[in-house]
Order: sequence, then C-alpha cells, then structure tokens
Amino acid sequence: METQADMSREIEALRGSGGPQPRRDYPPYRSSVLRHPTRDLHQVDPEGVELWAPCFGAADIDDAEADLTIQRSGEPLGERIVVTGRVIDGDGRPVRNQLVEIWQANASGRYWHQRDQHPAPLDPNFIGAGRCLTDDDGGYTFQTIKPGAYPWRNHLNAWRPAHIHFSLFGTDFTQRLVTQMYFPGDPLFDLDPIFQSVTDPKARELLIAAYDHSVTTPERALGYRWDIVLSGTHRTPLEES
Amino acid sequence: MSFAPGQTVGPFFHLGLPFEGGNLLVPAGHPDAVRLHGRVLDGRGAAVPDALIEIWQADPSGAVPRATGSIRRDGFTFTGWGRAQTDGDGHYWFSTLVPGATTPGRRPFFAVTVFARGLTDRLFTRAYLPGDEPDALLDGLSGERRATLITTREERGLLFDIHLQGEGETVFLSYPRQAR
Ligand SMILES: [Fe+2]
Repeated sequence: METQADMSREIEALRGSGGPQPRRDYPPYRSSVLRHPTRDLHQVDPEGVELWAPCFGAADIDDAEADLTIQRSGEPLGERIVVTGRVIDGDGRPVRNQLVEIWQANASGRYWHQRDQHPAPLDPNFIGAGRCLTDDDGGYTFQTIKPGAYPWRNHLNAWRPAHIHFSLFGTDFTQRLVTQMYFPGDPLFDLDPIFQSVTDPKARELLIAAYDHSVTTPERALGYRWDIVLSGTHRTPLEES
Repeated sequence: MSFAPGQTVGPFFHLGLPFEGGNLLVPAGHPDAVRLHGRVLDGRGAAVPDALIEIWQADPSGAVPRATGSIRRDGFTFTGWGRAQTDGDGHYWFSTLVPGATTPGRRPFFAVTVFARGLTDRLFTRAYLPGDEPDALLDGLSGERRATLITTREERGLLFDIHLQGEGETVFLSYPRQAR
C-alpha cells in the first residue's frame, strides 16, 4: 500500500488541474478509478421536471431532527457545536423551505454504521444524522457534536479531516448537491484526497466553515457559520409558482 | 458567484440519506404501479453496492408534482420524488407510476441523480420511456450512446442499468448554469 508521502506526491502533481468542482477522474481517491465516467458530460438544456425541484414540508420533518444532541436518552460525548448558515442559489436568492440533510461521525471519529470498522467507541447517545428545512431567508441551523477525524484505507495511514456530510436541494433539479463541510485550520487538509479532489484552492475554501463567536451559545456550544451557494436556477422568476 | 463544490457521498450515507419507503413513490400494490429498477455497474462490470439513486418525475398526466410528503409518505399523494440505495448486487428499485410528457408530443423521462462512494460528485442522467417521439437530447446521440438512456419495458416495469464507466457507459448530463 502507498504511504502518505507517495499519496502527497500524487496530490501535488494534480494541484490546480481541475476547475471549481471536483475532478471526477481523480486517481489519488482510489475508489474513483473504476467508478468515474470517462466520457465528457453531455450538456443539455433542462426541460420539464428538471426545471423544478421536489417539495418538502412540515409533514416531512420534525423540528427536533435539527438537534443531533437530543436523539437519545442521554447527552452525547464531545464538543457541542452549532452549525448555521444560508443556502442561496447562484443568483444570490435564498433557497426557501428546502430540505437539508446531514450525517457525520461521532466525537471519536466513528460512524453509526455497520460498515465502519474503525475501532473507536460508538456513543450510545449520538447517532449522527439530522434534517431540517430552510427558513424564508434560506437559513438552516443544526445543533450537534464536533465530529472526530477518522482513518480509512485509501493508502497507508490515511485520515479524513473532520467533516459533516451535507445533502442539499435547490429550486430546480440541476442544483442538487451533496458535499462535505470542514472545520477551519485542519492539519489534514493537504493530505486528504477527497478534499483535494477539488484541485482549485479557492473552491476548496468554500467547503470550510468559519468559527463565529456570535453563533456560539454561552455555557453551551461553539458556533460555526457555513453558507452554501448552489448553482444557478434555470427557471425564470415568471415561472415561479 | 462561486458555487460550493460537491464531495463524494462516501461509504456511510446510509446513516443519513435513505429512509423508510424512500423507493415507494406509490405502494407496490397500487394498480398502476411499475417497478423502475436496474443495476449500477463499475468500469469492470462489477456491481456497485454502495450507490444511491434518486428519481424525480412527472405524474402520468405530465404534471410536475408540487406536493410535499416524500419523506413521510401517506400512501395516497404522488410526490414524484424517490430515493433508493443499491443492494449487495448493485441493484436498486422503485415502485412508481409511468411519467407522462410534460410537453405534449415529447418523450417522457425520469430525471435521475446518481451518488456513490468513489464518485467525487453526483451524476445526472435521464431514463426515458421506450417510444418514437422526437427528443432533442436523444436525437443528437449515436445509436449506441442513445441506448444507454432508454429503459427496457418489462411486464410490470422498466429496466434501467447504469454503467458508470467503460463499455456502454451511460450518458451523464451537465446543464448550462453549472460550474465546470
Ligand atoms: Fe465521512
């Protein structure tokens, strides 16, 4: 198995080689080798349902699902955090009443998932999945625990920087996004082939939340702010229902 | 404006994304239910057991659903959206209704999003009903490429395999306003 030094050389060689989105063909992320399309994407004008996004509402979600610290009988271990921000589209408009889903490891870097073999402790009081709907300003807020870094088997001594997985919808189908939010100043950034699959450093910055003391809750939780800009909608305002 | 980059859904998305009934746009016992299903395959033709497929579609009359309730389905409302994970054999399935044409005379399709461990970003494609209506996308593709986007009709369903790479690689789509 390659060492981190081998991997870092591969990452180095591909720096700046892609655009603002991740390279689909990114060999340092070994699982991508047989799974990325080799043909260019075929550009098409969206039509019909592609001009719309599915609707979610109060019937789909309980408010409590946005608090990952109250899903079990006791308090989870780890550093309590608030993650808040806005979902806006590529024209700066808020994405309202839309679904945001997150999942993450616990404070020890272990997922509540049968295939996670990392021998760090599970926390019976932390499952690590949440959902909410954005408000009229596109705002979302989750109460959770700061996830731990965790090892994986991409190469020898491979570790993922701490992150929260995010799933987002826009106002049309084409804006669908699944991504990961990272924490500022993580020493693992340069070493991680998943983060580095976005080879443009300015674009990578967009995945890093900012510590925000105005979000920090006294005696309770540290605050992070992360705004998410989706791509542009293809529907004109006249078509809004 | 700079758009947030995508990142892989990873191997642990089952924790956060699938939900009970996600693949049942209508109950499987619905008199008009069809099974839209297929396998997700990698560049060597091996099953991808950790992919997630989402579909988004018009109702049989061609109307775009605007109803909420996909996550907690009431069994009566057609929301047009569903989510299914692949099993150990790379197989996914939905119980749904056949979409109508949103514009009369056009070929109906399911809009499909593909996520998987190993995919650094989601992929978009379309699963068309078999037919002979003209279509701007299909008509511009070679026969071999076009075939990757057309479902195969079965007795009670529609088959749509997704080849991420290599021989018979599915045509994946981008849209004008996305960052490249
Ligand atoms: Fe993760």
